[in-house]
Amino acid sequence: MSTPLRLALQALFWGGWASAYVLLPEYLPLLAQIAVVALFVLSLDLLVGYAGFVTLGHAAFFGVGAYAAGILAQQGWGEPLSGLLFGAAVAALVGLVTAPLVLRGGDLTGIMVTLGIAMMLYEAANRMAWLTGGADGLQGVEMWPILGIWRFDLFGRTAFVYSLLVLFLLFLLARLIVASPFGLALRGIKGNRRRMEALGTPVKARLIAVYTLSAAYAGVAGALLAQTTQFVSLDVLDFHRSADALLMLVLGGMGALYGAMIGAILFMVAHHTLSELTPQFWQFWIGIALIALAIAGKGGLLGLARRALARLPRR
Amino acid sequence: MLTVLIDGVASGMLLFVLACGLSVTLGLMNFVNLAHGAFGMAGGYLCVVLLNQHGVPFLPAVVAAALFAAALGFVLERTLYAHLYGRDHLDQVLFSIGLVFVMSAVVDWLMGARQQLITLPAWLQGRWDFGFVTVGVYRAFLIAICGAIVLALHLGLVRTRFGARLRAAVDDGVVARGLGIPVNRIFGVTFALGSGLAGLGGALGVEVLGLDPTFPLKYMVYFLIVVAVGGANTIVGPFLAALLLGVVDVAGKYYVPQVGAFVIYTAMVVLLLLRPHGLLAKASAR
Repeated sequence: MSTPLRLALQALFWGGWASAYVLLPEYLPLLAQIAVVALFVLSLDLLVGYAGFVTLGHAAFFGVGAYAAGILAQQGWGEPLSGLLFGAAVAALVGLVTAPLVLRGGDLTGIMVTLGIAMMLYEAANRMAWLTGGADGLQGVEMWPILGIWRFDLFGRTAFVYSLLVLFLLFLLARLIVASPFGLALRGIKGNRRRMEALGTPVKARLIAVYTLSAAYAGVAGALLAQTTQFVSLDVLDFHRSADALLMLVLGGMGALYGAMIGAILFMVAHHTLSELTPQFWQFWIGIALIALAIAGKGGLLGLARRALARLPRR
Repeated sequence: MLTVLIDGVASGMLLFVLACGLSVTLGLMNFVNLAHGAFGMAGGYLCVVLLNQHGVPFLPAVVAAALFAAALGFVLERTLYAHLYGRDHLDQVLFSIGLVFVMSAVVDWLMGARQQLITLPAWLQGRWDFGFVTVGVYRAFLIAICGAIVLALHLGLVRTRFGARLRAAVDDGVVARGLGIPVNRIFGVTFALGSGLAGLGGALGVEVLGLDPTFPLKYMVYFLIVVAVGGANTIVGPFLAALLLGVVDVAGKYYVPQVGAFVIYTAMVVLLLLRPHGLLAKASAR
């Protein structure tokens, strides 16, 4: 793809987001949620798409970030930006602590440990009702205006702009990270772990670093959700959230930051339109999509588009 | 105390019958099959339908459930699973989660989301009182049946020609193929057998474990523990793991109900950390 075309497509992507503020005012709360989910899938992409580490429990970090930010605000500190940082820090800490456990055994063991840790956290949040509100959810989250100026309004305008800006900034950061020597090392580990070890790359340290980074990103996404909806439910730690995120990532295309975000957008829009029908119906088609994607192979929609573009005659 | 122990043993044996098929797919064929519980669910629902809507007696219904799950497993193995052998784990994870979602949705659509109940035949109800301990008749029945299955599986694996071929195919697939052993067909038959046992376990477990469309996800972790903690190439390893798990689970629910499922998840993580080089490390090293 030529550079001008690439730039134009990127401008179209972000311009489309920004124009939604004017064009789709009644959908702003939904769009803010989509931005949150896109950030979550982005965090998963760093781990799965770039470093090639499969996890079934990424919702753990989303949930930890959401509960951290939510509880902070509930206890009387409603400043949003520091709340985001707090959510990211707590999630990163959990990531840092669990990373050695997850990376300890083989590939399969790692997958199962991520699953086990996520389910442990879910049960813990469920049982510690005095802290998290348990199955009733965390109530009484009060947010202060952003920077003391922009109040969270009923129509979701502030929430939308806030989520979109956080997504955009963290996307830029992620782009810097994946293009850095660190990002290249991650791709090398995904491609051939033994060879990277032979080249002298500290593979384990790199994996722990990316695991923690990805946890922090997921924590920010969770904190954003808690702040914009001013509510946290057990749903943030649910297994479905991890599985759905994997689906979105594979749908959009792994190992590509735009792929992650496009997958999230498509999934959320489809979910919104289809879940008017029965929820079982929705789950059925999600399952079919997962099976089809797994059998058809990776690359996702972005990969399809790239192949189609590559086939265009060159001038 | 003894009653809790016996209940634990019964549910552990049930878990083993449900999970032992998975120890073949995950442990031996190195295929991450998170959909294993779905076969148990299929068997359980067929049993419920036959019992409650068609008035089939209990034992034939259970046998039919096992046959149905085995047939389902065989068909899916040939049509879908076979495409994914040797692919990376992410594809297998996505595929099997997708399969769970589809099967749960279909069951939900056909049968509704509520718990399914069955009435046991009169000869399986009630309790025996031995003075120092009372044992539910159904629990004793479960222990007898599952014990017989364990014994049959063990002898089948160790003594028969099929068992020898399976062990050869697992130990070194390439050499086994070179010797003319039809590895793919053996795996297919084994997969069907494992699914059938899962269906049998699902049918027998309606009374003990419950049955609703979330069954495959709810018990996925239990199956994974049984496989992860047990060992390859034997029946005894997973069997002991299942017994331990059953007893811990029942005792946990009985003595510290406020902690709930937390015990099991913690046990899983701890066991995986203590024994990361059990069955799974060996399988993935090949």
